[in-house]
Amino acid sequence: MAESTTLTRKDFQSDQDVRWCPGCGDYAILKAVQEVFPQLGIPKERFVIVSGIGCSSRFPYYMNTYGFHTIHGRAPGIATGLKVARPDLEVWVVTGDGDALSIGGNHLIHALRRNVSLKILLFNNRIYGLTKGQYSPTSEVGKRTSSTPVGSIDPPFNPLALALGAGASFVARSVDIFQKHLIQTLHRAAAHKGSAFVEIYQNCNIFNDHAFTYMTDKANRADGVLHLEHGKPLVFGADGEEKGIRFDGIEPQVMSLGNGASADDCLVWDEKTNSPTAAFLAAQLLPPQFPTPIGVFRAVDKPNFETAVGEQIAAIQARDGEGSLEALLNTGDTWTVS
Amino acid sequence: MTTTVPQADSRPVEKVSDVVIRFAGDSGDGMQLTGSQFTSTSALVGNDLSTLPDFPAEIRAPAGTLPGVSAFQVRIADYDIHTPGDTPDVLVAMNPAALKTNIGELIAGGVVIVNTSEFNKRAFKKAHYDSDPLEDGSLDGYRVVEVELTKLTREALGDFDIGNRAKDRCKNFFALGMVYWLFSRPLDSTIEWLEKKFAKKPDIAAANVKALKSGWNYCDIVGAFQVRYEIEPAPMQPGTYRNINGNQALALGLVAASRRSGLPLFYGSYPITPASSVLHELAKHKQFGVITFQAEDEIAAVCAAIGASFGGALGVTGTSGPGLALKSEAINLAVMVELPLVVVNVQRGGPSTGLPTKTEQSDLLQALFGRNGESPLAVLAAASPADCFDAALDAARIATRHMVPVILLTDGYLANGAEPWLLPEVSSLPDLRLEFRSDPEDFAPYLRDETTLARPWAIPGTPGLEHRIGGLEKQDGTGNVSYDPANHEHMTHVRAEKVRRIADDLPPLEIVGDDDAKVLVVGWGSTLGAITGAVNRVREEGHKAARIHLRHLSPLPKELGDILARFDKVLVPEMNTGQLALILRGQYLVDVISFTKVQGRPFTRGEIRDRIVELLED
Repeated sequence: MAESTTLTRKDFQSDQDVRWCPGCGDYAILKAVQEVFPQLGIPKERFVIVSGIGCSSRFPYYMNTYGFHTIHGRAPGIATGLKVARPDLEVWVVTGDGDALSIGGNHLIHALRRNVSLKILLFNNRIYGLTKGQYSPTSEVGKRTSSTPVGSIDPPFNPLALALGAGASFVARSVDIFQKHLIQTLHRAAAHKGSAFVEIYQNCNIFNDHAFTYMTDKANRADGVLHLEHGKPLVFGADGEEKGIRFDGIEPQVMSLGNGASADDCLVWDEKTNSPTAAFLAAQLLPPQFPTPIGVFRAVDKPNFETAVGEQIAAIQARDGEGSLEALLNTGDTWTVS
Repeated sequence: MTTTVPQADSRPVEKVSDVVIRFAGDSGDGMQLTGSQFTSTSALVGNDLSTLPDFPAEIRAPAGTLPGVSAFQVRIADYDIHTPGDTPDVLVAMNPAALKTNIGELIAGGVVIVNTSEFNKRAFKKAHYDSDPLEDGSLDGYRVVEVELTKLTREALGDFDIGNRAKDRCKNFFALGMVYWLFSRPLDSTIEWLEKKFAKKPDIAAANVKALKSGWNYCDIVGAFQVRYEIEPAPMQPGTYRNINGNQALALGLVAASRRSGLPLFYGSYPITPASSVLHELAKHKQFGVITFQAEDEIAAVCAAIGASFGGALGVTGTSGPGLALKSEAINLAVMVELPLVVVNVQRGGPSTGLPTKTEQSDLLQALFGRNGESPLAVLAAASPADCFDAALDAARIATRHMVPVILLTDGYLANGAEPWLLPEVSSLPDLRLEFRSDPEDFAPYLRDETTLARPWAIPGTPGLEHRIGGLEKQDGTGNVSYDPANHEHMTHVRAEKVRRIADDLPPLEIVGDDDAKVLVVGWGSTLGAITGAVNRVREEGHKAARIHLRHLSPLPKELGDILARFDKVLVPEMNTGQLALILRGQYLVDVISFTKVQGRPFTRGEIRDRIVELLED
């Protein structure tokens, strides 16, 4: 089908009623994805969205592509099999903080470790929504929820640090309501060869409203958000009150610019360093001490899994030819009875 | 390959038609290898054969202890046999522990070859012997052949500069040489195998060959045995044969299914005993485009297979009991999304970790019912090592034709046991070709084939067929998520009916034996050999008996109920506590007689024969 260049957002909207709660951050993410897909120049039938269980995992039903709403935590496993069997497909995984980091933690880290070319969008709302508001593995300590009436006691995962620790070749963060930034980030993920892990802060206005207002409110954005841009210094803050991030050894520090300090003194962001150390340090920048970094933390080229699988097979077929079933059955010591 | 037997001295040669030999030693003594070599050579001689490896779960339990004993039983015959034999005629015991754990099963008057080099106080203590069994009369009634195997091997390898440790590791081939002499076997195929196996260590190859020949010569010169035996080739159907174990046959069956269907094979698995060797075998066959995926866990293994199947591959996962439990939720997803999936379960002793290296048939109910909700799927069982090949093809056929997950049950006994396999003509294998849906006209993901009720297999990448599937209940036809009560009930029945219709395609059940017998023996899975042997024996003894064997356990063959009703008594032997019996009673209201064994070891022919005779006399 030659329609690939003429696709529009509408082509990716399914005929199903969207059933997320009014005001849910998922709507904004759906909109951004439907914006990005037609711009990629890829025929619609080559997209597959694989999801697990949870609010975010209803995503495939709302996209007019191939889709697979699977079981809790297992989307990376199913997507891995699909991508390895069909490297020609664009396989996107949509998951949430409970789905990816709790019940499905093992599959997430192994998909990233293998560098299977999946685009993994983790909608992080720091709460269990579909099961009605229990704390999640990204909830802050002390979170009072239906399952933790006197406050949760276990510290949260840092999803980006986890992804980097698993060896992810592309790691990024964006925010549901930062549409422009989100679209940009999704484009970057789409273009990456290998696993692309994108954490998307997503507001659950029913069970965890205002989870991210410390950085998303207009009033908080200037001081609360740090844009990571390749080749640019780590600078944030309102006009006239600019600040920057510099490193004292491996300890990050916020410094005010002006009075002799300039952007030149700040760390210049490099998403392509061989070592993930800088990305890991950036992932540790947490409020209230630091602004929250968004953007691409890491984007490096590494061999991807599905290509390597195909190459092993191709190399052996090139050397030995395609297998003959007859010869295979007759392998080893045979004898003939006449 | 030539099969010339070295010229022996003038000691009398006695023809026997059937002999059972058990090699037993420490886990590190190479007993599995020794047994396999004896098996291969006997196959080349043309004997019918059947093997039973029996090894501990520990890789190397402390040397010389009872838990560390590894054994390999092989039966060779000049006629058609079905089991590895009830009681060994010859036992090779490499140490006191091996003697202690195996002597009880040796036939009265049987030959026991003991490696006296290992018979000392320390070894007796490890084997919990209070006295020297060679001296205390406990071996009276057996023909004991005492050989200083370790010492003789070292002496034979005097010229080799490989160290005593390496020399001692050749002693199993000294023992094998002796057994080859005793049963008039040629040495050449084992020599060839050693030279190939140790191609990069020619001194080790040469030392093992020397040990093998020395064992043979030792018997020839010293006269350890008064008589030697010959077992003539068995009359077998003409054709080309190879010796094969169940896991190998299964793997080849999956490759064949891939070829015959034109679908690439994707095998997702996580290492588990005794299924791992299926993964190992398939990993060798990249020439056939086979993708093997060693997943991070059992769940990922089945999920990846489902993903591959969604993409149009032949998605297969393999495991053993505990792994099947972990896969349950994902298998249920395949039930709901109605994708083809083959799940191989090489059963082992349970529950929990159970007896990892021992055999059992105790996962039948897990396979049939071990999932949440009403979850019908197809369940098949392979009946012999070579039958694993056909069963794999059958499983792939059902999965792809009926768009349904299939659980294929084998077990540890089939996985590791071997038998001669008459190689099929490739052109005679079933044609499994199919077409993916490609026409967007009137497409909906849950529109069904009128005959099979299968939904179309519409794979991503096909223009115009974009659709969503998932674990939520579907509206029939459109495949849209549906919470409609009537639709759920309808879909529940449709999924069950779809599985039932698999029975429309099945070949008729064959009643073997006497139609008018009082007793019908109903078997499934790996008990085929023991049941066949038992029924044959009973009939040879002048009684009437009949048997049927079930390949398909879900759905059951249509005519099964009528057959069961025709017989006065129905005996159901199983290596569990009566799981098929429960199903047959529930489904057909037939008062079947359950006969069970859960010892991690297969039934013997004698056990089943005796039970049939009891029922006949009842």
